[in-house]
Amino acid sequence: MATHLIVAEHTGGKLVKATLAAVSAAQKVGGTIHAIVLGQGIGDVAAELAPFAATVHTAEHPGVKDRAAQPWAKVIADAATAIGATHVWAAATGAGKDLMPRVAIRLDAGMASDISAVVNDSTFKRPMWAGNITGTVAVSSATKVITVRPTEFAAPAAGAAGTIAAFAADPGASKMSFVSFDAVVSDRPALSDARVIVAGGRGLKGPEGFKTIVEPMADVLSAAIGASRAVCDAGWVPNDWQVGQTGKVVAPELYIAIGISGAIQHVAGMKGSKCIVAINKEPEAPIFQVADYGLVADLFKVCPELTEALKAAKA
Amino acid sequence: MKFLVTVKRVTDYEAKIKLKADKSGIVTDGVNMIMNPFDEIAVEEALRQKEKHGGEVVVLSIGSSDSVAQLRSALAMGADRAILVKNDGELDANGVAKILQKIVEKEAPDVVLMGKQAIDDDNNQAAQMLAELLGWGQGTFANTITIDGGNATIVREADGGLETVKCSLPCVITADLRLNEPRYASLPGIMKAKKKPLDEVELSSLGLNTTLKVKVVGYEEPAAKQAGQKVPDVATLVHKLKTEAKAI
Ligand SMILES: Cc1cc2nc3c(=O)[nH]c(=O)nc-3n(C[C@H](O)[C@H](O)[C@H](O)COP(=O)(O)OP(=O)(O)OC[C@H]3O[C@@H](n4cnc5c(N)ncnc54)[C@H](O)[C@@H]3O)c2cc1C
Ligand SMILES: Nc1ncnc2c1ncn2[C@@H]1O[C@H](COP(=O)(O)O)[C@@H](O)[C@H]1O
Repeated sequence: MATHLIVAEHTGGKLVKATLAAVSAAQKVGGTIHAIVLGQGIGDVAAELAPFAATVHTAEHPGVKDRAAQPWAKVIADAATAIGATHVWAAATGAGKDLMPRVAIRLDAGMASDISAVVNDSTFKRPMWAGNITGTVAVSSATKVITVRPTEFAAPAAGAAGTIAAFAADPGASKMSFVSFDAVVSDRPALSDARVIVAGGRGLKGPEGFKTIVEPMADVLSAAIGASRAVCDAGWVPNDWQVGQTGKVVAPELYIAIGISGAIQHVAGMKGSKCIVAINKEPEAPIFQVADYGLVADLFKVCPELTEALKAAKA
Repeated sequence: MKFLVTVKRVTDYEAKIKLKADKSGIVTDGVNMIMNPFDEIAVEEALRQKEKHGGEVVVLSIGSSDSVAQLRSALAMGADRAILVKNDGELDANGVAKILQKIVEKEAPDVVLMGKQAIDDDNNQAAQMLAELLGWGQGTFANTITIDGGNATIVREADGGLETVKCSLPCVITADLRLNEPRYASLPGIMKAKKKPLDEVELSSLGLNTTLKVKVVGYEEPAAKQAGQKVPDVATLVHKLKTEAKAI
């Protein structure tokens, strides 16, 4: 029988919801689910995970207070060995991607990244070539390390609260350390949690375009704001807003793409959205191939109109 | 200061990727092959760091002899010499990392610079695995790199903002898209590249066990999205969003 270890991701004393996608994926395999939380002052995070795990192991140690891949990987691998884990899971977030390959090496395990489906206990599906191809991968090592694409797994079933047990963490010597974090401050919902995303591209002509076109529409819809790589690179908006193969993968109920051409690398990050609206003046823009509703128009003309109409429709 | 940069030969990001009729893999006939774009950024970064600190830039690829083309491109950008670990078989990230470890132990670089992910397998694993095998620190998804006093300070593109980490040297760093804009190779650069040293090493000579732990056993094309509809105006769009899609 499988024994799973879920690596909790947390920020500001709260569980990052994407972690629950890893729980869902582990539930698909079946077996006993454990979770591990690293850090200091992590009691609330452990409590949030308890309904999903037989045991939540808390690894509190000054050496893992801030997330750093090297010391974290050692503690996670030690815990996996201690409980005899067959599967070690995390969400395929930036943090999960940074951390989990090191865990795999420590456990002499193969790793499946960013999976979109569980076929069985050792076989998984995952996007390759920017989502152009879905690969089926078989992991043959005794222990398997897997990161899970959060948008592809529904919320897991909760059970009775599991026990919370302290794990004696030994982070070992580390050649790297956390220095600081410069957070993008925003009152808007996070891209990964948003029900609606309004995203902008180079068609907006400059940062002003985001202010005058995208933000008012996002305000009306209580939406998060996304962006193409081109505009992040140009410094119009924070890098953290990038949607795509190498940015964030999102799947909101509604995704409105404004002045985005629809390059495959962008589409890779948003084509799972329930309803896609594209506004682009070029009728042949590839974004229209994935859009449920396409409006061929000058965005500077129709977007203010659309914002007003949405406001009226919501009133 | 010595920089070792990894370079993978991958399908062009602009190429249309199609499955073979028997679904055993993707069609590569007639598909342009390039240096992984993230690796190109890593090469550029090594060249800029060398301009600051002096030293040597060595580029390394694992693959068939076709990968010589990508190594020559890196040499044309300005790298000093190249190593090709020849292998025609399949490798997983664990295998790649083990091979890289062997070369690192021989070359003893101060910094290994790699791409954050290969745009064909999209694994995002090899660099972190290498760092763990070596017991080194890592700075993944680098946006800015500052090297001084035996340390590398890396500003990383993390979820929700920019994170700064510090690694003692030697360390492994992976390039994100915004680290720099790679230069174009100049004509003299291309001419010079032809004469720069390129060592070939047979994988079998490294004495490694690279049996696959992860194997791709099937390929499929994801279900195509239903073609949508064009709407004539804002009023129709809002009406449809409300009544048809129930999205607002
Ligand atoms: C390795 C790699 C990874 C990448 N990863 C990502 C990624 O994760 N995410 C990502 O987004 N990209 C990524 N890219 C870049 C991607 O290939 C495209 O270059 C990028 O998405 C284009 O951004 P854009 O659509 O904003 O700009 P453009 O392609 O320039 O499109 C602008 C669009 O705006 C329209 N437009 C202009 N003016 C108006 C107007 N007045 N009204 C209406 N429409 C107008 C134009 O018709 C055009 O379609 C990656 C590329 C590489 C090589
Ligand atoms: N066959 C290879 N030859 C050289 N470098 C490689 C190879 N495979 C992976 N890499 C390096 O590892 C990085 C991450 O690759 P991956 O883990 O496959 O996404 C790439 O950007 C390359 O720098």
